[in-house]
Amino acid sequence: MTTYVLRGVRPLGADPTDLLLRDGTIADVGPGLAADGAVLVDGTGLVALPGFVDLHTHLREPGREDAETVASGTRAAAAGGFTAVHAMANTEPVADTAGVVEQVWRLGREAAWVDVHPVGAVTVGLAGERLAELGAMADSAARVRVFSDDGHCVADAVLMRRALEYVKAFDGVIAQHAQEPRLTHGAQMHEGELSAVLGLAGWPAVAEEAIVARDVLLAQHVGSRLHVCHVSSAGSVEILRWAKARGVAVTAEVTPHHLLLTHDLVRGYDPRLKVNPPLRTADDVAALRGALADGTIDAVATDHAPHTSEDKDCEWQAAAMGMTGLETALSVVQEAMVETGLLDWAGVADRMSTRPARIGRLAEHGQPLLAGSPATLTLVDPAARWDVDPAVMATASRNTPFAGRRMHGRVVATFLRGRPTLLDGRLQDATAQGAGGAR
Amino acid sequence: MRHLLSAGDLDHDTALLVLDTAEQMAATQQREIKKLPTLRGRTVVNLFFEDSTRTRISFEAAAKRLSADVINFSAKGSSLAKGESLKDTALTLQAMGADAVVIRHQASGAPHRLATAGWVHGCVVNAGDGTHEHPTQALLDAVTMRHHLVGMRRPGAAAGRDLAGRRVLIVGDVLHSRVARSNVLLLHTLGADVTLVAPPTLLPVGVDSWPCATSYDLDASLPGADAVMMLRVQAERMHAAYFPSAREYSRRYGLDARRLRLLDEHTIVMHPGPMNRGLEISADAADCARSTIVEQVGNGVSVRMAVLYLLLAGSADEGIR
Repeated sequence: MTTYVLRGVRPLGADPTDLLLRDGTIADVGPGLAADGAVLVDGTGLVALPGFVDLHTHLREPGREDAETVASGTRAAAAGGFTAVHAMANTEPVADTAGVVEQVWRLGREAAWVDVHPVGAVTVGLAGERLAELGAMADSAARVRVFSDDGHCVADAVLMRRALEYVKAFDGVIAQHAQEPRLTHGAQMHEGELSAVLGLAGWPAVAEEAIVARDVLLAQHVGSRLHVCHVSSAGSVEILRWAKARGVAVTAEVTPHHLLLTHDLVRGYDPRLKVNPPLRTADDVAALRGALADGTIDAVATDHAPHTSEDKDCEWQAAAMGMTGLETALSVVQEAMVETGLLDWAGVADRMSTRPARIGRLAEHGQPLLAGSPATLTLVDPAARWDVDPAVMATASRNTPFAGRRMHGRVVATFLRGRPTLLDGRLQDATAQGAGGAR
Repeated sequence: MRHLLSAGDLDHDTALLVLDTAEQMAATQQREIKKLPTLRGRTVVNLFFEDSTRTRISFEAAAKRLSADVINFSAKGSSLAKGESLKDTALTLQAMGADAVVIRHQASGAPHRLATAGWVHGCVVNAGDGTHEHPTQALLDAVTMRHHLVGMRRPGAAAGRDLAGRRVLIVGDVLHSRVARSNVLLLHTLGADVTLVAPPTLLPVGVDSWPCATSYDLDASLPGADAVMMLRVQAERMHAAYFPSAREYSRRYGLDARRLRLLDEHTIVMHPGPMNRGLEISADAADCARSTIVEQVGNGVSVRMAVLYLLLAGSADEGIR
């Protein structure tokens, strides 16, 4: 395995130093490092962060390989600085058995761009009626720890309670897609002044907040771990803050798009902005940023949701919900959180790597950049500026809401256990490296 | 004017221009030979994804009386039933050389999408989209109101008058009504004072930002109104807890004989149709002398002539002789 010296990088934004990556491990940290045969990487001006961990990725395989595959989605992840992703369960067939989660896990191993950790469905077929075999998925080769019916809410309170209780046996967590289904029947966008004008059925924030409130109380009652997916409203933030102050074992994530975009953009009926939960108000964005800064929200999770152009290049109501996010996440976080002074780079490392790794129980990710840690890290150039061109992205789909937008900061290198998956901004194929190094 | 997607696209002068042009068009329709040569050689496509015989026939009559070639494309019995997308349909129409596309669609924003996605190059006229807007309905309602409440353009005047100070009630299912949305925008532009009257369940969240007043009390709102527009209540609302029963709705928000007596002498009664007689409007009210419901239909043709004419032929005074 090639040895790398990352020269003059700034770990978590601190003073420049060198990192020596050897045999999959950070062998040494300090100025002026060198090693025989090592490849030198000029890291001047680059911030070194532990590799990002996404708690919420839709890889679409099996079933919708026309939108994304495990291979294409994990390439996109590597390009975005990620070293681990949690692949959501709403595939076809649904990842509700040991067989499906092992298939996804194996595809991830073969692609070798990032570690793929399948999320298991909470209920059979995401139907919300009876528990899937959670224990079998936990015991499988995929070692599932995060369970979610994402796309659907576990709306039945008894079923949610049982799921929360049951996964305690293997230290699992239920990641809830908080959406009261009756309040959001046919919902198209955030319910407010603009939905009234546009004549689009509203998705009221209360439909999220009611479930978050119920679930934190349930989690407290049964002493279980709860994770709230893609928090989108200021009201949810208040409930989470209250719950954490009471000691409830709840964690939460926010997507990059909810940190930057608001519902005003829907005015043009462009389906690329259709997403669930919907884009909300500027006040919600401010509350989400504040919550991510103070740790009420633990993690940034992309909810990367690739869709084919057939499902997006149509009228709003017919369009699928979701947007891609893996390749733009870091830039959005830099613009929304770092450049606003809300988070420093250590904070970014915490919210994009350390905490999500802990929530997913991934021992090899989110580790400090110290000698002895896995060489699983990301180099970011905060000074870079780039324009989003959907046609050249690694994801197989084109439904980014940021097309044409100038982004701030760029991931230039990603290392997974000492092997570069991205170097000088270019994806590095694993099989080619086996033949003779990363070039 | 490139497209007509929302009544909000019309500024005060443009709105008056459409109304004045509609009146000129109406005058030509009193002649023995109603057909004008204005849009000869132009193609207007009526693209109807939703059943609406009334609106389609109105647009068809309008285009034909301007001598345009009319193609009717309805979702039923076409490739749309086989799953062809709006995009592919639009590309097909573009290839056939449509100069204007009149679109009725069940999805809010579909006309906007058609006009902005680059699929067609012609003018797009919104003939009703989901629960969003129905701008030509608002225009024909304004023509009707102006006729009764203001009077026609005086000979020699540069432009007709607007509806400044006229009080208009719009009563019923505002939440799901594209007619209400377009009327609120256009009537505000024309200076009218609009009050929406509905049970709270049928007013959208966010309605307080609209340029109008709201009320839950029909009886209290009726005195002093110049026009009362009743909205259709769709059958599917009955079972979704918007109101307890059809009878209770009718008692609280229906226009019946008793409420007719609360109206001022000059007040007109309007309805965009089709009516649910006995629910939002009683037969007494629908058929009374102050009802303009049939006149509205007639004004629909001249308003749509005006819209197609202004979009496709340009300025107002040439060609309508």
